Amino acid sequence: MLAKRIIPCLDVKDGRVVKGVNFVNLRDAGDPVELAALYDREGADELVFLDISASVEGRATMIEVVRQTAGEIAIPFTVGGGISTPDDMKRILRAGADKIGINTAAVNNPQLILEGARHFGSQCIVVAMDAKYNEAWGEWEVYTHGGRTPTGIRALNWAKEAERLGAGEILLTSMDADGTKDGFDLKLTAAVSGLLSIPVIASGGAGKIEHFYDVFTEGRADAGLAATIFHYKEIAIHDLKADLKQRGVEIR
Amino acid sequence: MAVAIVDYGMGNLHSVSKAVERLGYTSLVTSDAAEILAADSVILPGVGAFGDAMEHLRESGMDDVVRAAASAGQPVLGICLGMQLLFSSSEEHGEHKGLGLLPGAVVRFAPRDGYKVPHMGWNKLSFRQPESPLLAGLTEGHVYFVHSYHALAADSDLLAVTDYGHPVTAIVGRGNVYGMQFHPEKSGELGVKLLGNFLRLQAQQA
Repeated sequence: MLAKRIIPCLDVKDGRVVKGVNFVNLRDAGDPVELAALYDREGADELVFLDISASVEGRATMIEVVRQTAGEIAIPFTVGGGISTPDDMKRILRAGADKIGINTAAVNNPQLILEGARHFGSQCIVVAMDAKYNEAWGEWEVYTHGGRTPTGIRALNWAKEAERLGAGEILLTSMDADGTKDGFDLKLTAAVSGLLSIPVIASGGAGKIEHFYDVFTEGRADAGLAATIFHYKEIAIHDLKADLKQRGVEIR
Repeated sequence: MAVAIVDYGMGNLHSVSKAVERLGYTSLVTSDAAEILAADSVILPGVGAFGDAMEHLRESGMDDVVRAAASAGQPVLGICLGMQLLFSSSEEHGEHKGLGLLPGAVVRFAPRDGYKVPHMGWNKLSFRQPESPLLAGLTEGHVYFVHSYHALAADSDLLAVTDYGHPVTAIVGRGNVYGMQFHPEKSGELGVKLLGNFLRLQAQQA
């Protein structure tokens, strides 16, 4: 049986980690390569880098970060942010990333999923989607551009379509839960997981160890992703995994 | 101690090469026959499709070089698709001949409820031959798999399996030829230790 995965996410801008990182035992807490190596040592199962650089130079810097990270860590990692063509994907994968995350670009051009899967294999195409509950519909809506733009697309439909086009995984962020620390959106996660046969990474809302237990059981997620609670050491990955293992969750 | 990583135009060799270097060995990413045959051990990596990979190996002449290294007694390790290439044949997109260093065929996972294909993620090893030098000093743990096809190996060659609805070939070994279906370079501490045990084989034989 496959183990449930714990995934820290690093926001990187112009080659530097942003979103206050609070590690005392790092020489340079803003260095994504050093932070990635630390998470590897602490037992993270996978890492996600989200490149939020707006400039061409920033993106070029990211390639170098990817190359160095690939040489330093012994776990798989995904790179997302600003990837909109198969050539972009190729550059990141060549630099040593294992998977590519696409979000807005996939909504704008769903063929990108198909092309990515055909060229590089479904296993390296992660479709990231930001979803928010739409009261009028009674279900969730997809937002793009970092959650700023409602698309009028139903999240469940989009998830199914992404799978059909060849996505290897869905990285599902609940905009309602994100930042609350009240727990993952279990309804949304379970709805998407139940609909698909590809793995779902739940994101947004993690604040306590129990939240991961809930999302792996009730939420039926394959992986749980978080940023701040790991960066600020509110939850140590080692403790989280020990606790989940004790409760009978399959953990590495 | 030099480790040749066979470069035949398939996939990213950077991670494997760095993992070897972190273990204190010199890694040579190479398609030079003399360099490979002079190395202390040989790693055959690989991602992608079996047929394409065999074609690349044949075109570059690396198929004969890997066979020569194996028959000269150099420790040879196939990783992921590289492990599958060691077998006699594969049914991935048609029938393809492999390097034939290990008896057996590579077949697609049969669809089963609750078992997604590709088999992707961290799964636990069960050691079948814990006395193998490759497994020396190690305890069973999780390693990182990504594959849609799996090898049907001879029982005597099976060093470790993983459970994915049925026992799946994870580590194989016959004489000086070894294979790992998962990615040791992406498998955390256990992966690094497995790679380290492989790299130490030459020293033990010398």
